[in-house]
Amino acid sequence: MSRGFTARKYFILVLIAGIGSALLIRLFFIQVIADKYILSANNNVLRYITQYPARGFVYDRNGKLLVYNEAAYDLMVIPRQIRDFDTTGFCRLLGIDVQTFIEKVEKARKYSSYRPTIFFPQISKENYGFLEEKLFRFPGFYVQPRTLRKYPLAIAAHTVGYIGEVSPAMIERKPYYKSGDYIGISGIEKSYEEILRGKKGMKIRVVDVHNRDMGSFQEGKYDTLPVAGIGLWASLDADLQAYGELLMTNKKGSIVAIEPSSGEILALVTSPSYDPNLLVGQVRSRNYAMLARDTARIPLFNRALMAQYPPGSTFKIVNALIGLHEGILKPTTAFGCPGGFSLGSGKVVKCHAHFSPLQLKQSIQFSCNTYYCHAFRNIIDKGSRKSTRAGYEKWRKQVWDFGFGHKFETDLANELNGNIPSADYYDRFHGKNRWNSYSIISLAIGQGEIGVTPVQLANLCATIANRGFYYPPHIIRAIGKADSLNSKFLKKHVLNIEKEHFDLVVDAMEDVVLAGTATGARMDSISVCGKTGTAQNPHGKDHSIFIAFAPKDNPRIALCVIVENAGFGATWAAPIASLMIEKYLTRKIQRQDLETRMVEGNLLR
Amino acid sequence: MERAGRTIFSNVDWILISLYAILVILGWLNIYAAVFDEQHKNIFDITQQYGKQMIWIGAAVILAAIILLIDVKFYSAFSYILYGLGIISLIIVFIIGKEISGSRSWFQVGGFGVQPSEFVKFTTSLLLARYISTLHIDLQKTRHLMVALLIIFFPAALILLQNDTGSAIVFSAFMLVLFRFGMPLKYLLIPVAIVLLFLLSLMVDKLILTGIIALILIIPVIRFRRKISRKQVVAAILIALLGVGTVFTVDFVFHRVLEPHQRQRMEVLIGKETDLKGAGYNINQSLIAIGSGRLTGKGYLQGTQTKYDFVPEQSTDFIFCTVGEEWGFLGSLVVIALFVGLLVRIILVAERQRSIFSQAYGYGVACILLFHFAINIGMTLGLVPVIGIPLPFFSYGGSSLWAFTILLFIFIKLDASRYEFL
Ligand SMILES: [Zn+2]
Repeated sequence: MSRGFTARKYFILVLIAGIGSALLIRLFFIQVIADKYILSANNNVLRYITQYPARGFVYDRNGKLLVYNEAAYDLMVIPRQIRDFDTTGFCRLLGIDVQTFIEKVEKARKYSSYRPTIFFPQISKENYGFLEEKLFRFPGFYVQPRTLRKYPLAIAAHTVGYIGEVSPAMIERKPYYKSGDYIGISGIEKSYEEILRGKKGMKIRVVDVHNRDMGSFQEGKYDTLPVAGIGLWASLDADLQAYGELLMTNKKGSIVAIEPSSGEILALVTSPSYDPNLLVGQVRSRNYAMLARDTARIPLFNRALMAQYPPGSTFKIVNALIGLHEGILKPTTAFGCPGGFSLGSGKVVKCHAHFSPLQLKQSIQFSCNTYYCHAFRNIIDKGSRKSTRAGYEKWRKQVWDFGFGHKFETDLANELNGNIPSADYYDRFHGKNRWNSYSIISLAIGQGEIGVTPVQLANLCATIANRGFYYPPHIIRAIGKADSLNSKFLKKHVLNIEKEHFDLVVDAMEDVVLAGTATGARMDSISVCGKTGTAQNPHGKDHSIFIAFAPKDNPRIALCVIVENAGFGATWAAPIASLMIEKYLTRKIQRQDLETRMVEGNLLR
Repeated sequence: MERAGRTIFSNVDWILISLYAILVILGWLNIYAAVFDEQHKNIFDITQQYGKQMIWIGAAVILAAIILLIDVKFYSAFSYILYGLGIISLIIVFIIGKEISGSRSWFQVGGFGVQPSEFVKFTTSLLLARYISTLHIDLQKTRHLMVALLIIFFPAALILLQNDTGSAIVFSAFMLVLFRFGMPLKYLLIPVAIVLLFLLSLMVDKLILTGIIALILIIPVIRFRRKISRKQVVAAILIALLGVGTVFTVDFVFHRVLEPHQRQRMEVLIGKETDLKGAGYNINQSLIAIGSGRLTGKGYLQGTQTKYDFVPEQSTDFIFCTVGEEWGFLGSLVVIALFVGLLVRIILVAERQRSIFSQAYGYGVACILLFHFAINIGMTLGLVPVIGIPLPFFSYGGSSLWAFTILLFIFIKLDASRYEFL
C-alpha cells in the first residue's frame, strides 16, 4: 500500500533539508553578519555598581538640625558565591537560627544566584564593626553601606515625613528607582524627594567569565559620581514647634502658625503625634503597623492639613468682610438680638446673652449669631437679583478667594481641600429651586456642611493680619543655601476686599481679646487680635477653635489653634494660642501657671 | 558472551548508533559548559546536572541494550497494550502527578521526575504504525483516516489537559506520517494554512488580509469560470469563507483562548512585544548568547552569556545557546548537520524496510525528532514562539533522554530484524 506513495518520501526529505537550511541561514545572519548581539554581550559582562549619594539634611529656620543621616549597613549575599563555612558561627553572629539562615539563602537563590540580595537589612554601627572583622570567613556575603534618617529633636513627625523602600508600582512609573532604593513617602521627604535624594552614581566594572573583577571599564571613562542631595531650610521654628507639641500633650487637635509677611509656616503641630525615629530602619514596618492600629488616637493622621472642621464663629469675620465689600453691611449697621434668629415654624438659631442691638464691630466682639444670620441672608438675597442660587455662587466665590475649599498646592504633602458646598450640592439635597437663604443659614455662623482645615483657618488669620492679602502657606523657606529664599511660593494673593474693611475687623478682633469672648488670650505686653469659634461635633463634645495674630501692628505671627472635644473656643484654644504667641515673640513664658495648666490638661481619657 | 554480543548487534545500523552516540556526548559536554562553575569542576560530580546526565546516559545505554535484546515481534504485538499503558499513565499523572511550573505532568520517583508524555510518543508511534500496516487500511478513505487521527489525538488531548501545551503540539508531527502513507495533501495543507493565517492576522490588517484571500480564490474562479466545475467553485468559496473566518476569530482565540504567557510568546515572535525585561527577555538573551559566538565561537567553557544566568533554562530548552556561543557558527553547523544526517538516515533506513509496520514506525520516529529539532532550535533563534520542548539527546533530563533513546532504538531493532518480517 505504501508503494503508491513512495514519491512522498522526497517531500519529507526536502522538508528536513529545508528546515536545516532555514536554521543555518538564520544562524549565519545572527552569528556572522549582524554585530548588534556581540555588543549586547559585552554589556552583559559589565557590572554596574550603584553609588548612593547622601540624602540632603533638613534644618529649621534658625539652622537647627531637624533631619540628618546616620550610616547603616545592609548585609548582602550572592548565593552562587556561598561556600561551605561555619554556619552555626555565622548564625550566632547575626542572632538568627540555622533554619532562618537556610530559608533566607533559599529565598535569595530564588531571586537570583548571581545578583546580590539583601540578606539582613540595616545592621547597626556597633554590630557592623563586630561583623566586619569576621566577614572574610563567610564567602558570598558582603556589607553595603547605606544611610538611615535620624531626627535629633523628634518633632514635627508629620511635617518631615519619612522614607521607605520603593514599591514595584513606583519603579514602574519612575524608572530612576531600582528595587531596594529609598524614596520619600510623606511630608517634606515626599514633596522634596528629587532635591533631597541627589543623584545616584554608577561605577562600571569589567568581570570575566569566572565573575572575577578585572578592573574598571575603560579607566572609568563612563563612571558617574553620585551627586549629594541638597539641604533644605524649613520655615519651622523648632522651639515653637516643640513648645506647641508640649502644649498639645494629651489633647487631640492642631496648631498652625504662619508668618503673615511671607506665608512661611512657623509651627505645624498635630496631636497626637509620634516620634519620627520610630519609622526608621528595621523597626519601621513593625512600628508603622502599631501606629496604624491605634484607632483611638490615630497618631498617623495629619490633622493640621487633613482634618476638616466647621469653622464656627471664626467664619463670621469672613461674612463680615464680604458684607462690607458688597456694601450690604456698613460699620454702623445694627441688628437687634432677641436671643436668637427665627427661621419660622418654630426653628431658631440661638444666641447667647449680650446687650442689644449691636453694631458690626460689637457683633464680632460678642460673636452674635443673630447679627450674622441677618447679614448672611442679605448677602445671599441681595447678592443677585436673579436667584438664590446666583447669590450663593457669588458668595461662594468670595469665600473660595480666602483660600477655603481648595488646596494651596504649595509644598504641603497630603493637604486636603476642605469643603465649601456647591450650589449643585444644595440642589441635590433640597431639590432644584427648593432652597433659599434660610435653608443654608448655618453657613452664616460657620456651621453646617462647611469644612475647613486648620491651615486654611491659619491662612485666614494671616490674611486679616496683612489687611487683605496672603502668601500661600508653605514649609520650605530655602533650598541649598539658608539665605536663598524659596521664591516659588512668594506670589502675593491679594483679595479684592478693601483694606479699610480689614482695619475695622482687626479693631473688632482686638476688642475680642481685650473685652470680648477671649479675654483669656490677653497679655499686657503684646496686643493680640483674635476670634473664638466652636465647631459643632455631632459625635461628642464640640471642638474649641481660636484664631489670633500679634502684634496688632506689623504682625509677626498668625495662628489657628483647634482643640478637639474641648467645648467653647475660649477655654482651651485661646490660652494655648496666647502662650504660642508669647513664646514666639518673647522666647520666654511669663505665665508659668497658665502654661502648667495647659500642658497638664488631659482631654483624651 | 560473544554470542550474545552478536545477537544484540547483528545487522544493527551503525550509522544511526554512531550519530546517536555523538549527539548524546555533545549534549553532555554542553550541559557541563552551560552550568559550569569554578567550584564544581569535576564533570562526573553527581550533585551537578552534568554528573546526573552522565548517570542517565549510562541508564540509556542499558535501556538500548534491553530493547535490542527483546524479540522484535513484541513491539508489534504489544503495541495496543503499550499504547493503553501510556494512556493510563497520562490519566494517573493527572491525578497524582507533581505540578511543576504550572503543568501537572510529572511523576516524582525518589529524587527525579518522570514525564509520561515523553514515553507516550513511542507508544503512539507503535500503535499508529500497527494501524497503518493493517491490511485493507487506506488512509485515503476518510473513515480510516479518522481512526488514525484519533490514535494521535487522544494522548495529545490528555497532555493538553495537563497544561503541557508544548508536548501536546509535538503530536501534530504525526500528520506527516499519515501524509507519507496516503492521507490526501489537503489535510496537511489546511492546518498549515490556518496557522499561517493566524500569524498573519496578528501582523497584517484584517481587511487587507480578507481582500488578499478573496483575490487569491475568487479571481481564478471568475477568470476560468467556463473551465471549472460547480463543485470546484463551491470548494473555493468554502475555502475563502474558512480563511476569512480564521482571520476574524483570531482576536477571540488570541485574547480568550490563549493563556497570557502564550499570548506574550506570540507577540514576541511577531515582534509586537519588545519588552526586553519581560516576555522578550528569554529570546533576546538567547539571541545575544548565540550571536556573540560569531564564526568560531568563544571556545569551550568560555561562554559568558550562558554561564551568568543571562540565558534561562540554559541546560534544558535553551541548550543550543551554549553551542552557539562557545562553538560559533561552525559548531552550530556541525550540530545541525548531525541532526539533519540522523533524520535523513532514519528516512532512508525506513524506506528500505519490507514491513510497512517498521516503515511507518520509522517515519514516526523521524517526524517526532524533526519536530523537536525544528521547534527547539527555531525557538532559540527567535523563529518560532517559545514552546518548551527539549532538543533530542542534547537537553538535560532523564525522561526525555530515555524516551528518545527508546524511540530510536526500537526502530534500530526493527531495522536489524528486517529480514525476519515477511
Ligand atoms: Zn446675639
